[in-house]
Amino acid sequence: MKRRAFLKAGGALVVGVALGEWRLPARAQSIPNADRFLGKPLAPDQVDSFLAIHADDTVTMFTGKVDLGTGGRIALRQMVAEELEIPIERLTMIEGDTALTPDQARTAGSYGIARGGMQLRQAAATARQALLGLAAQQLNRPAADLEIVDGVVRVKGGGASVRYGELIGDRTLGLKLDPKAPLKDPQRFRFIGKSLPRPDVAAKITGRHRYVNDVKLPQMLHARVIHPPVVGATLRSVDESSIASVPDTRVVRIESLLAVVSEREWDAVRAARIVKSEWTGGTPLPDHATLYDTMKSSQVVRQQDVAKKGDLSALSAPGMRTLNGTYRWPVQTHGTMAPSCAVADVGADRATIWSSTQGPHQYQAIFARILGMPRDRVRVIYMDGAGTYGQAGAEDAACEAILLSRALKRPVRVQWMRGDEHAWDPKGPPQLLELRAAVDGQGAVTAWETRAWLPVATANLPGVPLMAPDAAKIEQPQGRSTGLIHQNVDPPYGFANVHAGVSWIADAPLRTSAIRAPGKIANTFAVESFTDEIAALAGADPLEFRLRHLKNPRGVEVLRTVATRMSWQPRPAGRTIDRAAAVMTGRGLAYVHYKHDETIVAMGMEVEVTRATGAIRVTRVVCAQDCGLVINPDNVKSQVEGNIIQTLSRALHEDVTFDRQKVTSVDWATYPILKFPETPALDVELIQRLGEPPLGAGEAASAPVPAALSNAVFDATGVRLREVPFRPDRVKAALGGS
Amino acid sequence: MNVQLRVNGTPRTVQADDPDTPLLYVLRNDLDLTGTHFGCGLAQCGACTVHVDGRAVRSCSTPIRAMQGKSVITIEGLGSPENPDPLQAAFIAEQAAQCGYCTAGIVMTARALLNQNPNPTEAQVRDALTGNLCRCGSHARVLKAVMRAAGARS
Repeated sequence: MKRRAFLKAGGALVVGVALGEWRLPARAQSIPNADRFLGKPLAPDQVDSFLAIHADDTVTMFTGKVDLGTGGRIALRQMVAEELEIPIERLTMIEGDTALTPDQARTAGSYGIARGGMQLRQAAATARQALLGLAAQQLNRPAADLEIVDGVVRVKGGGASVRYGELIGDRTLGLKLDPKAPLKDPQRFRFIGKSLPRPDVAAKITGRHRYVNDVKLPQMLHARVIHPPVVGATLRSVDESSIASVPDTRVVRIESLLAVVSEREWDAVRAARIVKSEWTGGTPLPDHATLYDTMKSSQVVRQQDVAKKGDLSALSAPGMRTLNGTYRWPVQTHGTMAPSCAVADVGADRATIWSSTQGPHQYQAIFARILGMPRDRVRVIYMDGAGTYGQAGAEDAACEAILLSRALKRPVRVQWMRGDEHAWDPKGPPQLLELRAAVDGQGAVTAWETRAWLPVATANLPGVPLMAPDAAKIEQPQGRSTGLIHQNVDPPYGFANVHAGVSWIADAPLRTSAIRAPGKIANTFAVESFTDEIAALAGADPLEFRLRHLKNPRGVEVLRTVATRMSWQPRPAGRTIDRAAAVMTGRGLAYVHYKHDETIVAMGMEVEVTRATGAIRVTRVVCAQDCGLVINPDNVKSQVEGNIIQTLSRALHEDVTFDRQKVTSVDWATYPILKFPETPALDVELIQRLGEPPLGAGEAASAPVPAALSNAVFDATGVRLREVPFRPDRVKAALGGS
Repeated sequence: MNVQLRVNGTPRTVQADDPDTPLLYVLRNDLDLTGTHFGCGLAQCGACTVHVDGRAVRSCSTPIRAMQGKSVITIEGLGSPENPDPLQAAFIAEQAAQCGYCTAGIVMTARALLNQNPNPTEAQVRDALTGNLCRCGSHARVLKAVMRAAGARS
């Protein structure tokens, strides 16, 4: 019986495959001793790619999704432990290592749990079914007579039992992942829905957590890359003698990829400061002061209707009151706290790269092409960096390390300096939106038009084009990457006549990439601020107006939840502004149905505006979020809080500045972000939906932040802020004109 | 030059070719204390904060030549996952970190504040942390954690 069970289970040992060439020093592994799994299955349609059940009843889970400080390290464990029916502490998780984990697509779009987690959950559910079947054979009882408790299958009501480790320990199941394997009844959840602490927090708080910046290899060289003085410049010459005073340090040049490398890190830093190089040419940038005019007059590559119903004749019909507003969102940087860092070890026929990339499998393919190696000879190992919220410079630094390591035949660590990150990470693109609406005598919206001017993304681009291949004259697919920035340009309300379209423009200043909630923050800023403007024109209270037009009951619930927590007082006629008050207070609302069909968020904000300075102080933010099934409520709250604070920073402070040649906001003084004294009180409520699938929690709550803020400022001051950032000088100027 | 200093209570001698080498690089690369993080190198973000003779300083902008005879405490010197300092325990209880890269510096700044003022107001904590940046938006939890630790001591 036992023998047959093994054969049915596939019979192959998980370990022991001859791939010793990959084996790494323990401290260079994402999890010590992870390399014992080399050679395991990786195909995403196989259960064994996700799970290995060991003879001692512990389980290792493998995921291509990575934890960016976002809590997947606990939430994914909760999903697997739940379906596998094992104590959660028996789980070890290996993430983002292309030699060990299945490709579950880049960790992006708020899909870590909703898609990646669900794959793991289905893999665990498939495995549980199979284990139950194996146990039925072994115990010679029908599966219906058995139950599973803590990884032990036993006859209901007592009697014989068998452990998972005995059934399958360290052998593969050889099973296809069943995407329809029945999932556990939510009424029996033990782990899902619980606020279990994250396994990495204690190490982070005590300084023991290893980041990519901390990877050290024998023989590793430290590099600093000298990026061009202006965008698009070509290296003409470098004076190697200029760094002669720095010991054990040399210049490396590959076409226009220029670096100094040293045995010791500080020597590389000081060599980078003094190395003399001459550059020529450059790509002119548009005028920052007239950026939005430039966008509007840019060549339109394509028009896209995002929503089109009814007609807009009411905009010119007699008896209608019409309204228009132009909303502007600037170029912003990811502003990661850790300048990008990577370590690469490139040999003759294989390469290993340690990177904080959110897409290890995606960039495995890209790096393999750049190196001219088969994909399976390139191993990308995810290690934590600081949060980047989209693609910052991690992949650029990794590619620089790769090319330098190949040239030097030694492992190379590239660490960007602060100015490198602020100047050269790919930026969040600017957005320009014009909105028009008509309102009839009864206050009904008879027409809505959104027109957005957005930089066009290149179709089927494998990744953001990197700086190093261009500098080194290695061909790569060219184009622009932005993320899906057209979503949420239309209102979520049941207006009869809505046209919402995008004019995709060819140009944008600087290289771009996805930045948290790509496009949706600016679009929701425009749509929800404009909704507030319409409500004011229609003489309606902003809450009542939204509730009147919202069909989705889950949307109504989050709005009502926020209103209750704010003790919302209806003000159909707006507030009488006290022109003499030194500090004006107000409150505003905003709502989003993220990407039209995912997470639903309502947000209320309370602000104080100082008339003399134009300074906005956000005193309180109230948020209700419905993201379906909540796996770990405290962690989702943490994500919501982060979304709120980070987006307040973007709305209040952030604007990448540039002259006609280069970025000029190159540190935290020239690109200020929100500081501790500005922290508002936060009040977050989650709507738990045990019977629904989980939706994303990493982005949605950022979308309503700027609109809730601008609507609160309007309530306080009677002034509409339509251009981000809401810096005091801009607010003061707007107040002066009120 | 050779510099004698104490790091987390242990006497150490470090050798620096360049006396201007920032303490940060000595801690991270020579002493393998990687909990102190490089964030900007400009004393703008606080990720590299350590204590020198009890004061919170930016190790990225503190030359090793100024460390002769000094006592340096890093995040590793406060406590461990198994035996955290009470402030670290409060951060863990509040789950007051996301990516955690800035957190060690925040803990060191807050620890220095609590050493001088065991019962600060929240406004004092906010002010003390002005020079520590966080991108993930852990601010509200950090403030709760520091106040929790302050309350526990009083």
